[in-house]
Amino acid sequence: MTATPALETRALWKRFGGLVVASAIDFRLEPGARHALIGPNGAGKTTFINLITGRLSASAGQILIAGHDVTKLSEAQRVKRGLGRTFQINTLFGGLSVLENVTLAIAERTGIAGQMLRVAGTHRPVVEEAYARLEHLKLAADALQPVRALSYGRQRLVEIAMALALTPRVLLLDEPAAGVPGGESSIILEAIQALPEDVAVLIIEHDMDLVFRFARRITVMAEGAVLVEGTPAEIAADAQVRAVYLGETHQRHG
Amino acid sequence: MAEAGSVVVSILFHGLANAMILYIIAVGLSVTLGLMGFVNLAHGMFAAAGGYIAVTLMGRLEFPFAAAISLAALAVAAASVPLERLLYARLYGAGELEQVLFTIGLIFVSIAVAKSIYGPLSQPFIAPASLTGQIDLGFGRFPTYRALIIVVGFAIIVALWLTIERTRFGAKVRAAVDNRRMAQSLGIHTDRLFTLTFALGSGLAALGGAIGAEILPIGPSYALEHLVYVLIIVAVGGLGSLRGPFYAALLLGISDTACKYLIPELGAFFIYAAVIGLLLWRPMGLFGRA
Amino acid sequence: MVATATRAAPSPVDRLARRHRLRFHELLPWAAAIAVFFLLPDYLGLGANILIMVLFALSLDLILGYAGIVTLGHAAFYGVGAYTAGILGARGWSEPLSGLVAAGALAGLVGLVSGMVILRTRGLTLLMLTLAILFMLQEAANKAGFLTGGADGLQGVVIDPILGMFRFDLFGRTAYLYCLIVLFAGWLAARRLVHSPFGRSLTGIRENVARMHALGANVRWRLITVYTIAAMMAGIAGGLQAQTTQFAALNWLSFEMSGAILIMLILGGSGRLYGAFIGAPLYMIVQDVLSRIDPAYWFGWIGLLLIAVVMFARGGVLGLLDRALGALRRSA
Repeated sequence: MTATPALETRALWKRFGGLVVASAIDFRLEPGARHALIGPNGAGKTTFINLITGRLSASAGQILIAGHDVTKLSEAQRVKRGLGRTFQINTLFGGLSVLENVTLAIAERTGIAGQMLRVAGTHRPVVEEAYARLEHLKLAADALQPVRALSYGRQRLVEIAMALALTPRVLLLDEPAAGVPGGESSIILEAIQALPEDVAVLIIEHDMDLVFRFARRITVMAEGAVLVEGTPAEIAADAQVRAVYLGETHQRHG
Repeated sequence: MAEAGSVVVSILFHGLANAMILYIIAVGLSVTLGLMGFVNLAHGMFAAAGGYIAVTLMGRLEFPFAAAISLAALAVAAASVPLERLLYARLYGAGELEQVLFTIGLIFVSIAVAKSIYGPLSQPFIAPASLTGQIDLGFGRFPTYRALIIVVGFAIIVALWLTIERTRFGAKVRAAVDNRRMAQSLGIHTDRLFTLTFALGSGLAALGGAIGAEILPIGPSYALEHLVYVLIIVAVGGLGSLRGPFYAALLLGISDTACKYLIPELGAFFIYAAVIGLLLWRPMGLFGRA
Repeated sequence: MVATATRAAPSPVDRLARRHRLRFHELLPWAAAIAVFFLLPDYLGLGANILIMVLFALSLDLILGYAGIVTLGHAAFYGVGAYTAGILGARGWSEPLSGLVAAGALAGLVGLVSGMVILRTRGLTLLMLTLAILFMLQEAANKAGFLTGGADGLQGVVIDPILGMFRFDLFGRTAYLYCLIVLFAGWLAARRLVHSPFGRSLTGIRENVARMHALGANVRWRLITVYTIAAMMAGIAGGLQAQTTQFAALNWLSFEMSGAILIMLILGGSGRLYGAFIGAPLYMIVQDVLSRIDPAYWFGWIGLLLIAVVMFARGGVLGLLDRALGALRRSA
């Protein structure tokens, strides 16, 4: 018995004129999955993520979230269907406080963000939930600091908090540890390991330590297509994967 | 019927001259916008400066025409270098609003300076004696100076296109417009490139302002009066493109002449409406990059 | 060491949830405005003008300071409002309040339609489109002389007493209070908007629009909504101007007007709600003084001031105040 996948792509293609950047990608993400997407630079991983989130529109194929076809929907509409993502480079409201950042996310989720007539303060539960989430990620001490004043690692954590605040059913993490100095990368790892069980997580990463510690399944991409998919043990043993990575230096943190 | 034909030819001719001048002035802005992403609303002041210097050299100092025009262009290009290094460069990383505000301030200052040196009236432009009068081009008689504008305009444009498409300098500019970070990692000194390109754009604007002083009179508010048309050419043509603004200038120059001649009661209303339509159809401009 | 009875410091949640509460210094502008009414009776004409500019700048703050829309065409709505109220007054509809409502409504409609059309774009394209719309409307007003008076402006605007009772007197007392009350209403509305979840989401759009999309926000409709509201407010300001001066000028629908209001807002500080209250009077006074010292080139000095503000004091007066207060607190 197969449950409806949390996220699925069927024969997903993307062309820029004559250049094919994604070819015939079939992909399934089960509910509660812990799935990693790896591949050399230029393999098309971020393109794939952008196709899923809707930043890029697909040339052909289908994208489904929990069985609903979202291929024609905008980025914001897909988020409303349960998609959350973090960006490779921190995409936060730099001048606003950490607490405000997360509050804005929750305001969007609960739908109060369109309200003009009552002041934001009367929606106290939203602020309280935001603070609770910060406490959960050990960011509470910085609640009133402007986000850009935080260390890069802690900003990356806020990035994750923002995505989680949407209570997504699918969470896409685009290189969450990227750019985080060695001394701080453990906080990212902790946060990723503490992600809710029922959220399907797809993580792009170059840090193989993180990948092999976190993932239950791994997909390897190369040149815009899926090369192979399997458990960590299968991937580690696969000759094709090693060939594709030959000459690539792995980034090792810590 | 021949009446209508000659009206059309006349509109095309004068529109073309108009377009040449507008393009030469605006092309520098297109390149620097595409290259540095800097919204320089004050670009027109270089054209005004070129016009003022040329008129002064020809009028009070009685320089020959070609020398005056060239010197004006070179002087403005040279003067733009410290301006770019000392002021503009400080705002390259700043937001669009800061750039808009800064360049509006520059416009105001330039108008005040021009007014204080030359007074509030437009400068009379006296074409050299050999170029006054009319010339018979076979399909009609046209003012000689305007015909010269068209010919010289084409020559300048061809020279510009060859420079950007065939030289190493041009290749660097094209690379940096396409992808600034990539260009930097390839060892292209973007700072120097910015300054050179800025000087080239300013010099061209000065050239256009000087040669075109007969069509667009040089007065203190020049930069402000022609701001919209220059921006239209760049926005409709496409930032960072060389060809796009040329076609935009052709469209604008000819339509503007046509509207002023055929429907003066409506003025430029249709032109603005058309610009809105064009930009909505192609927000990146006719030849812009996504 | 416990000195006096200690109150627990407000929690971060409290701080954020209470941000909308009225603070004492927010009443200062109104106290000042009322003081001016009683203490400077000879300056009420200038005063009414300043109040109108504050309302106009406030409307710009909503879209520029809060939502981050960089526009050079905001004077279009001001002009549309002015001409609407003016034409009504010149054509026999002299009741001021309904005329003002009409001015706001028509300007709001122009804002809605133009917003729906242009707010899909951004950057230079958007800037260009705001300018194009402004120039298009200016050209229309210029050429439709039979309606607008063309380049000479709209004459013969007649305005009845407000509510049938308050005649517009020669000293400008009625006009001043009229503008003050309308500005107060506008301020209440703007303040409520800015502190609402909608208003907070606007700062999100300004700070990082990519993140707002990734949070599921319908960015375009938020922008269109605030653009329309700001257009209405600017239209009401224009309507006030036409009604109190019984005139409408073509250069109210101009790039120069858009530029002036932009400078006013930046001088005071954008995105702070009160930048308009500081910047508008400051600019009007500076302009008045400069144009008397140097009538030919005063705008050159404004240009230098603008460059200086951009280079050294990007947050305007409010930004400088922040810095000063911060320094004081650190040295205390």
